[in-house]
Amino acid sequence: MASVLVRLRSSSISNTIGLALVGLVVLWLIVNFVKTPAEVINVCLIGLTNGAIYGVVALGYTLVYGILQLINFAHGDVFALSGLFASTVIISLLGLDKDSSVIVIVGGLLVALVIVMSLFALVNATIERIAYRPLRHAPRVAPLITAIGVSFIVQNVALAFYDVNYRTVPQFIPRTNVFEIGGVSYTWTKLAALLIVVPLLVVLTWFVTSTRQGKAMRAVAQDTEASAMMGIDVNRTISVTFLLAGALAGAAAIVYLLQFNMRYDTGFELGLIAFTAAVLGGIGNLTGAVFGAVLIGLIQACNEGLTWLAPGSDWTRSIVFGILIMILVFRPEGLLGERTPEGA
Amino acid sequence: MNRLRGLLGDVRSGGTGRSLAILVAVLVLALVYPRIVENLQDLPLVGDFIPSTGSMVVMIVFTMMAVGLNIVVGYAGLLDLGYVAFYAAGAYTAGWFASGQFEQVSFDFLSPAPSGAAGIHISMWLVLIVAGVITTVVGILIGLPTLRLRGDYLAIVTLGFGEIVPQFVRNGDSLGGFDLTHGTFGISPIDSLAVGDFVFRSESNRAELYYWTAVGLLLITVFCSIRLRDSRLGRAWIAIREDETAAAAMGVPLMRTKTWAYAIGAFFGGVAGAFYASSKAGAFPADFYFNISVFLLCMVILGGMGSVWGVILGGLILGYLNVEGLATIGSKIQEGGLDFDPTKYQFGIYGVIIVAMMLLRPSGLIPERRHKIELEEGVHDTPLYDVVHEGAVAEQEPTV
Repeated sequence: MASVLVRLRSSSISNTIGLALVGLVVLWLIVNFVKTPAEVINVCLIGLTNGAIYGVVALGYTLVYGILQLINFAHGDVFALSGLFASTVIISLLGLDKDSSVIVIVGGLLVALVIVMSLFALVNATIERIAYRPLRHAPRVAPLITAIGVSFIVQNVALAFYDVNYRTVPQFIPRTNVFEIGGVSYTWTKLAALLIVVPLLVVLTWFVTSTRQGKAMRAVAQDTEASAMMGIDVNRTISVTFLLAGALAGAAAIVYLLQFNMRYDTGFELGLIAFTAAVLGGIGNLTGAVFGAVLIGLIQACNEGLTWLAPGSDWTRSIVFGILIMILVFRPEGLLGERTPEGA
Repeated sequence: MNRLRGLLGDVRSGGTGRSLAILVAVLVLALVYPRIVENLQDLPLVGDFIPSTGSMVVMIVFTMMAVGLNIVVGYAGLLDLGYVAFYAAGAYTAGWFASGQFEQVSFDFLSPAPSGAAGIHISMWLVLIVAGVITTVVGILIGLPTLRLRGDYLAIVTLGFGEIVPQFVRNGDSLGGFDLTHGTFGISPIDSLAVGDFVFRSESNRAELYYWTAVGLLLITVFCSIRLRDSRLGRAWIAIREDETAAAAMGVPLMRTKTWAYAIGAFFGGVAGAFYASSKAGAFPADFYFNISVFLLCMVILGGMGSVWGVILGGLILGYLNVEGLATIGSKIQEGGLDFDPTKYQFGIYGVIIVAMMLLRPSGLIPERRHKIELEEGVHDTPLYDVVHEGAVAEQEPTV
């Protein structure tokens, strides 16, 4: 109790500023809600769905960071490349379009998910093998700089194969509403996103908490040397982590593709948003990544969708980065994270 | 190759007559370059690859920024992914103080603009310094809250600022109804450099005049950079780069030293930005995006982090590729019948350079001796305890 008090006192100024900012945001939301209640709820539903997609990408960052303390800059670009590849798989390979029957669409999407997830799991693990593993013992900035280089390479691979045009898939999930109550509505496309994302998160949680390999991952994240002494194959565990992250990027890309169009540089901005989400929730913390992503999704949707005093989409990037900077300055361990020497 | 390396080592330590002679020769060649460039371009085979004087100006400006970035990344070991913010700050300072942007006022100080012209017109030479100072302030403002963070966190925060500043200038055309940056159109025209009534831009040999000015600015930057490296401050930077914990234990004030690195790096970025804005007569938001920061970082890595001569070499090589080289090579390839346009993939090429350098030769083309040892023998990069935080607290509140 005493230590909590001491901590409160020592950081009281930054806490006050932080709380004041949060208070202002809440006040702004309340005013908006009073003015246009249905719109606020709609916007929040949009934010929730987008946040779920960001969450899957953010998990990729947080898994890798948790185990290697490396910001895998290339993750966003792997996401974009897998999305573009997914558009080829769905359109050319499986030939899905909006006249296909429901069973074909659901089955086709599952097949596409399996293909894209497994392929990009391998791609991601290969990147680790070639570019990051040789630098395991170099100073910490070395792999980070390499990751930036890899990010550009992956982006240009996407550019070489898909050029600068936006890619999309046919509207085979209807844009009609699942429900509509007094101006509040929710479309099937958004529900489909949640139907893919939620089971994925459940499986991931099960994998990390209940399997041997998941336990090994957590052990390596806590202490690499000690886990090596306990007989855990560290290299294998790191490879598995990258496989998982790549698979998640692939899944997120398909979900994203169902709603939006993508091109070679989509991954840069989305990757930064997802990374911010991971930091917001506490990087290295899986629940935190999803929580932070939903929060970022909500903030973005409110900024772009609300009418009263909202800065609008021109400023989204600044707002996301403003949040990132403030989190790192005021609470570097994130909302759900624990204090580490790195961030403090 | 060893011989060359030895010579360069001598240049570094201020060395012998022979290396001095090489330095002078390079300098003379650089100064007469605009006058011999046409002869060089007539040479068979290599002639097509010789950059024009105008391209050289751009190459030198980017090299100057790379030398500035080298102070932050190479000397102090702080990874800065948002250097473009300083470039933008410098360019827009030039836009505010030497153009017709603020048409509400009319202020003229030693500038060639006609008296009574709308906007603020201060002599461009002064604006270069003003831009440096303002950018330094921006650097300190960015640095103070963020330099407590280590390594990759710092990189991300600087990346964030590097994204916010360009978005701010792009959207800054109606801040509460006030047009600060003229939005996506940018600020143009920005005044030319001038001596009295001798206005560089209206002379027929303006590219030459800007070129010589650029060489002069680069020389000043390099001189300051080398003198700083050998100063007490520079040794403190290197100590922090090698081992923050040990440096703090030896009494190096971490925050202050890092902030200086940031501020001085920012200063050169600002001067280079303002100069470039003047040479191309405008500051446009499309010029400031994340890729530029990585491009500059790539120059530093290619040349060798911490090595001034290496960074100049890296800057000139990549600057050349960016301005002319890739396009020239591309046209040669297409003449050969292959449909491949390297300019489209220029950032992929820089990405390959970054990865290849980090994997194969992390100390760069012309390695700096100390940095090479660090990379080869490794440093204690993991803190034993939370020295950053405690160091920062001790500095602010000595009684705690």
